[in-house]
Amino acid sequence: MEAFTTHTGRAVPLRRSNVDTDQIIPAHWLKKVTRNGFEDGLFEAWRKDPQFVLNLPERQGATVLVAGPDFGTGSSREHAVWALQNYGFKAVISSRFADIFRGNSLKNGLLTVVLPQETVERLWECTEADPTARITVDLVERRVTAGDVSAAFELDDNVRWRLLEGLDDISLTLKNEDDIAAYEANRPSFKPRTLQT
Amino acid sequence: MGRTLAEKVWDDHVVRRAEGEPDLLFIDLHLLHEVTSPQAFDGLRLSGRTVRRTDLTIATEDHNTPTLDIDKPIADPVSRTQLETLRRNCAEFGVRLHPLGDVEQGVVHVVGPQLGLTQPGMTVVCGDSHTSTHGAFGALAFGIGTSQVEHVLATQTLPMSPFRTMAVTVEGELPEDVTAKDLILAVIARIGTGGGQGYVIEYRGSAVEKLSMEARMTICNMSIEAGARAGMIAPDETTFAYLEGRPHAPQGEDWDAAVEYWRTLRTDDDAVFDHEVVIDAAELAPFVTWGTNPGQGAPLSTSVPDPESFADPSERQAAQRALEYMGLTAGQPLREIAVDTVFVGSCTNGRIEDLRAAASLLQGRRVADGVRMLVVPGSVRVALQAVEEGLDKVFTAAGAEWRHAGCSMCLGMNPDQLAPGERSASTSNRNFEGRQGKGGRTHLVSPQVAAATAVLGRLASPADLADVPTLVEA
Ligand code: SF4
Repeated sequence: MEAFTTHTGRAVPLRRSNVDTDQIIPAHWLKKVTRNGFEDGLFEAWRKDPQFVLNLPERQGATVLVAGPDFGTGSSREHAVWALQNYGFKAVISSRFADIFRGNSLKNGLLTVVLPQETVERLWECTEADPTARITVDLVERRVTAGDVSAAFELDDNVRWRLLEGLDDISLTLKNEDDIAAYEANRPSFKPRTLQT
Repeated sequence: MGRTLAEKVWDDHVVRRAEGEPDLLFIDLHLLHEVTSPQAFDGLRLSGRTVRRTDLTIATEDHNTPTLDIDKPIADPVSRTQLETLRRNCAEFGVRLHPLGDVEQGVVHVVGPQLGLTQPGMTVVCGDSHTSTHGAFGALAFGIGTSQVEHVLATQTLPMSPFRTMAVTVEGELPEDVTAKDLILAVIARIGTGGGQGYVIEYRGSAVEKLSMEARMTICNMSIEAGARAGMIAPDETTFAYLEGRPHAPQGEDWDAAVEYWRTLRTDDDAVFDHEVVIDAAELAPFVTWGTNPGQGAPLSTSVPDPESFADPSERQAAQRALEYMGLTAGQPLREIAVDTVFVGSCTNGRIEDLRAAASLLQGRRVADGVRMLVVPGSVRVALQAVEEGLDKVFTAAGAEWRHAGCSMCLGMNPDQLAPGERSASTSNRNFEGRQGKGGRTHLVSPQVAAATAVLGRLASPADLADVPTLVEA
């Protein structure tokens, strides 16, 4: 995973709540067996409308998505995160994310930042008034700044450390091989197995 | 202080606990399907890793599988590639797979429980949000993303940060025609699609205790629609009776040891939940959704709400957008909404009791002219049982289509889709824009409401069928 320290870029203000993963990447895209090539599927249905915010010329090349509450609800599809990353987003800001989506995003190095809804509103106003306005998402300082908005955000220390270092979870876990083996040795025999052994 | 059921199961699976780090949890059962696994197997291959516990892993094909002509090659080449990729991966890594055509094939969350692989006190994961279904057995079961699928394949563990606990207590007697589906839709409407965020919900109370295992699965299944990490119900005699004799249920001494352990899996009397919701079962009624998220629902006897009636601005705006998308107007009685399609199936309501409920209402009646009704059993086993009971004949005699098992129109990854603008009454779990096909409009309902709706051609409850005589004596 690529490390994330700080990122500055233009924003896409997405004034919608409950943006579910079916909207982020519709099911027919899920037939692909790779992790890339999902950029054209991102918000596919909404992008048919030339007035949809992502389609506006001034939003091209933007890298920070500022969304309404309950972003990423619904299906566990990690493809939603890949689609946002493939399109070029580095960070998503919302007042509330669905759990699985948030977990997926942080595992892939897409920083999801939780800010109070009133701060999100101010970011919307700021980036709508000036599409060239740049938002900085600083993971080192745990702070989002844009125009006259400057807001601290919380992120679990351990998650932050993994993101800052770009560490891969599986290698970290495998360092605890002894603990896993010890646990396995003590599992009750009545627990089911899928294969005959 | 006492512990909740969820905390007990969690504690029993901690492989490693260290200050400032998430707990490392052992995973007892890992379910796989074709959609969220290919990139995970690729990851294993790239890093030269293997599947640590093939004996705790099982795969089935469900999301892409056709429900017609299953003996012919799959028409859509991309779907075919995905299924073939799963088959190759399972063969290469030694994972047990139930492919299309196999007697144990079906929707992953129907297959696990019916094989007896889902048991109380287990941790169960799958790259699928509706893994919460398995919580009906008192298992801690949650959906994971593809990176986590790879993590579990490689290590049989997951680092997990702690959750909060919520009790949803339903006391009393459910009125006639009110089902588990109505109950969970009402819960979601009450707490909202984000209301369960960060929580594991335990459903309890006398109304929940009276429910069958299948009804409990319907409830836990939709915990994710309330935003919860997982849903759980404490195991009891109903759970044990369901499990006994299933292919993977413990036997002999193991059975006794297991039941003894399972009986300890109850929330202690002095345990404290972080949040509690109490619902009076007697106040519930058949429920339907009118909007484009599962929290936008109301009793069938009411009308489409006026967006202006929502105090919260983002809810108001969401309601406005939803009505526009759904082609509905505020104040329109829900009972007057006509549908084009009725779908009975999915991991929410595609089990045998659901099919029996729908069939009992269709017996001797006809699906309304112009309405297409699809009945898709959740698994091949469910289908075989239905055929044995003659339910398939009831459906086809009524003019419904009896299909092969799979996810089907729940998400329309196969050819079973709504056309743009088409409206369905669906027993599935998500009414998102385009979920059942681009431009399709979905109303989530119980199997009973689905069947009554099919007969009348508009959203209806079983009680509305009182005036529709059956042609044949049931
Ligand atoms: S039936 Fe629907 S919700 Fe269930 S696993 Fe299949 S697609 Fe997902």
